[in-house]
Parts: sequence; C-alpha cells; structure tokens
Amino acid sequence: MLPDFLIRATIAGLGVAIIAAPLGCFVVWRRMAYFGEATAHAALLGIALSLAIEMPIFAGTLLAALLMAFTVSQLSGRGLASDTLLGVSAHAGLALGLVVASFLSGVRIDLMAYLFGDILAVSIDDLYTIWIGAIFVLLLVYWRWSPMLVSTLNEELAYSNGINPKREKLILTIALAITVAVSIKVVGLLLISALLIIPAAAARNISNTPEFMVISTAVVGLVSAITGLQFSYFFNTPPGPSIVCVSLTFFLILSTKKLWTIG
Amino acid sequence: MQHLFGTVINVTLIATKDLTVKYGQNVVLKNISLDVQAGEIVTIVGPNGSGKTSLVKTIIGALTPDSGSLHIKKNLRIGYIPQRLNIDHTLPMTVQRFLNLTQVLDNQQCLDALNVAGAPGLLKAQMSNLSGGQFQKVLLARALQGDPEILIMDEATQSLDQAGSADFYKQIETVRDKKGCAVLMISHELHVVMSASDKVICLNGHICCSGAPEAVAIMPEYHDLFGTGTDGTLALYRHNHDHKHDDHLHSTEETS
Repeated sequence: MLPDFLIRATIAGLGVAIIAAPLGCFVVWRRMAYFGEATAHAALLGIALSLAIEMPIFAGTLLAALLMAFTVSQLSGRGLASDTLLGVSAHAGLALGLVVASFLSGVRIDLMAYLFGDILAVSIDDLYTIWIGAIFVLLLVYWRWSPMLVSTLNEELAYSNGINPKREKLILTIALAITVAVSIKVVGLLLISALLIIPAAAARNISNTPEFMVISTAVVGLVSAITGLQFSYFFNTPPGPSIVCVSLTFFLILSTKKLWTIG
Repeated sequence: MQHLFGTVINVTLIATKDLTVKYGQNVVLKNISLDVQAGEIVTIVGPNGSGKTSLVKTIIGALTPDSGSLHIKKNLRIGYIPQRLNIDHTLPMTVQRFLNLTQVLDNQQCLDALNVAGAPGLLKAQMSNLSGGQFQKVLLARALQGDPEILIMDEATQSLDQAGSADFYKQIETVRDKKGCAVLMISHELHVVMSASDKVICLNGHICCSGAPEAVAIMPEYHDLFGTGTDGTLALYRHNHDHKHDDHLHSTEETS
C-alpha cells in the first residue's frame, strides 16, 4: 500500500498533466514557449507579494501571472523584438520576486519549494485548487476549441468566419495563467514550461490531427506523472524533475521512432 | 453581369462608402466607395503598398475603418483564401481535418469538395507535405464549403508558377459558374484579371478608376498606374513598380 502523501501527490500530478495537455499543445503550435516561461517566472513575484500582504498564495500567483501575460501581449510588437521583451520580463519577474522575498522578515519562504515544486507536500486543499482549476480550464478550452484552433492557424481566416482572434488569444492567456498558478506546487516555476512543452513535443511525433495530439499529450503527461512519482519514491530523487525526466524519455523514444519510420 | 440562373438578381453583398482606414497616422485607404453584387467577379489591382490587402482585411473585419461606412449583407457566407497560410510544422493537420475546420463535413462531402477544387486524392495527406499548388486547391476546397455567397482571395496565386496560377484561376471560374458565388480578389496578374473579371478596381490608396475591364483598360488613370505597356492586347504584363504616379498617398504607404 502506498503512503497517503504519495497518493495525494499522484492525484495532483494527474490534474496538472491533464490541464497541461491542451495548453501545452497551444503553446507549441503558437510558439509561445518563452511566453509560458515569463508567466511562470512572474508567479514568484506573485508569491512574494502575497506573503507580504497576507493574501492567499494561489490568488497572488494567478494575479501576477495574468498581469505578466497581459503586459507582454500588450507590449509585443511595439519596438523590442518579442524574444528580447520576454527575456526581460521573465527574468525581471524572477529577480524581483527573489528580492521582495528577502525583505519579508519573519516569514521564511521555502524558495526551493516554489522553484522546483513540492508535490509530496500537497494538502487536500491544494488538491481542490488544482482540480477545480483543471476542470475550469478544460471546460474553457473545450468551449473555445474550434475558434482557438482557427485563430492559431490564421487570424484573417478567423475574422472571415466571424471569430475574433484577439478574444481567443485573451482566453488562451487566461487559461495559461491559471495553469501556471495551479502547477507551481507540483513542478515548481522553473519546470512548468517543461511540463507544458515536452509531452506535447513528444506527442507531435505520433499525431495526425490537433485533437489526437492533445489526447496523446495527455496520455504522455499522465504516464509521466505516475511513473515519475514512483521513480522518485523508490530512488529518492526529486519528484518534479523526475516527472520531467520521464516525459523527456517519451520524447526521445517517440522522436527516434519517427526518424526511423521516415528514414 | 452574367448569372448562372439566367435571371440577374441584384443583391448587394458588400458596399462601402467613403471608407477611410489609417495605421496610426498613415492613411492607407482614403474615401473608398465600392460595391460587390451577387455572382459578380470583382478584381482589385494596384501597386505594392496601395492598400489592397488592407481593403480586404477591412471587409472581413480584421481592420476597423476610421471613417466612412461598410455594409456587409447580413450573415454573409464568406469563403476566404488568405495570401499565405503557414501551418506550423508542430501542428498536425490532415487535409480532411482542415476541411472540417469551421464546419462539420462527412467523408463524402470532403471528397466532393476536393474534386470540385481540382485536388482529388489528398484527403489523408498532411497539410505541411502538400506542394504549393495542392495547398492552394485545398484552401479553395475549404473556402467553398458552407456554400459561400462570396469568395474573397488575397493574391491567392502568389506562390504558384505561371501554369499553376492559370490552372487555379480556371478552377475559380469553373467553381463560380457551378456555384454562382461572387468573387472578390486581389491580383497582380493583370492578364488574368482583365479576361476573367466583371469589374476591375484600380487602387492606389484611393480608387483611381474602376469599371468593366474593357473600359478600365483604356482609362488614363489605369495607364498612369500601370504604364502604357498594357495597351491593346491585355497580354502578359510585366509589373512596373517604379512608375511615376503623382499622388499624395503614394509616398506615405511604403512604411505600412
């Protein structure tokens, strides 16, 4: 019989894997990898500020992630190249967060937990947060699936079909911010991008349609979460990075398989 | 105007009046008044930077006009073919799935759509593996779904060679004759335009001249815009971008 904390960790990991599947696919398709990273890094500033003003941490991270996402999408295309802009914002979020955290007297932040995740310490309350967030985002993506996909393909095509791609981008941004906020506890903000991108990149090798890619991304994510946690438990390795390493293995195997099939 | 059902019914699909569009301080379109009737082929020609794409973008709602009016027939079914459509390699997409993007089609409908567009046998192919010509035909097949009242194309043949683009326009004409939908297109290829259009609009920030192709071909504004090499034959035309055209809008457009 597995210990309770491992069962809770697994349930949390599964929630995050499911939510990361459709979002990860969009991040890959729209080449938003760095954007996800910036949003995640901003979350640290959110954590520090919410500890400073005694706000719930989830609310703080969500708010910071949203703010960062909006700022970046507003500023992009106005002067700086977008990778430069994202690089500035991502590291500004991280550095500011660390500095603000150091000012908090009396509160000792376990930085490692936020940077690399602390999935073995998830509480029942955390599980509620993760799963409510996951179900909300899944419903949102399910509802907007077709217009978001068309907008991703081509903005004019979207307009000609009565879809407003700006609105779809906004919805996607909100979904991404929620995903970041609920995933921090599981993999930490440094590895959230990995959780979004690696399963999707692995699934791309075996997918013919966007929908199939989302489903296979979810499968890769779920199996990675379960296997990674077991690995971590038996070999005493850090759980978040272990999950990412299992995804990476999937990526390598599926990419190699594809190379063989083509070659 | 010819119409496939014999009778001519004038239904205005698109009408603009004094439409003006700006990018920041740059006026890209000034006082554009035009209309497109049901079943009509209207072609927009003009040099680079003359606002052709902006005009189409405004009509489909991607740009908001700064002044003037834009009337689109209520619930107008638009089949749109963009200038370029890059499907990122990371996004898996079969032709069948692409045809189903904005409507639900069964297998047979997809096959029919591809046949009509002249691209049979591509149903299971990945979009990213198609050649330029195949890709455009699949775009056409998609645009024809949902029984469009108008096809809007922004230099749809830009990536095709001469033969490919002639083939594509033939396909468009066939489709127009079969389905009776209107066509609004931007084109660089004057020879095609002049032979296949009901109405030609010469654009250079404003409308220089417009009307039936035969009439436009002898208008002085047309020659100002495109040089005099197009006299008479309307044959293959070499585009002349450094022509002299004394117009206040011209210089401001290069930046847009």
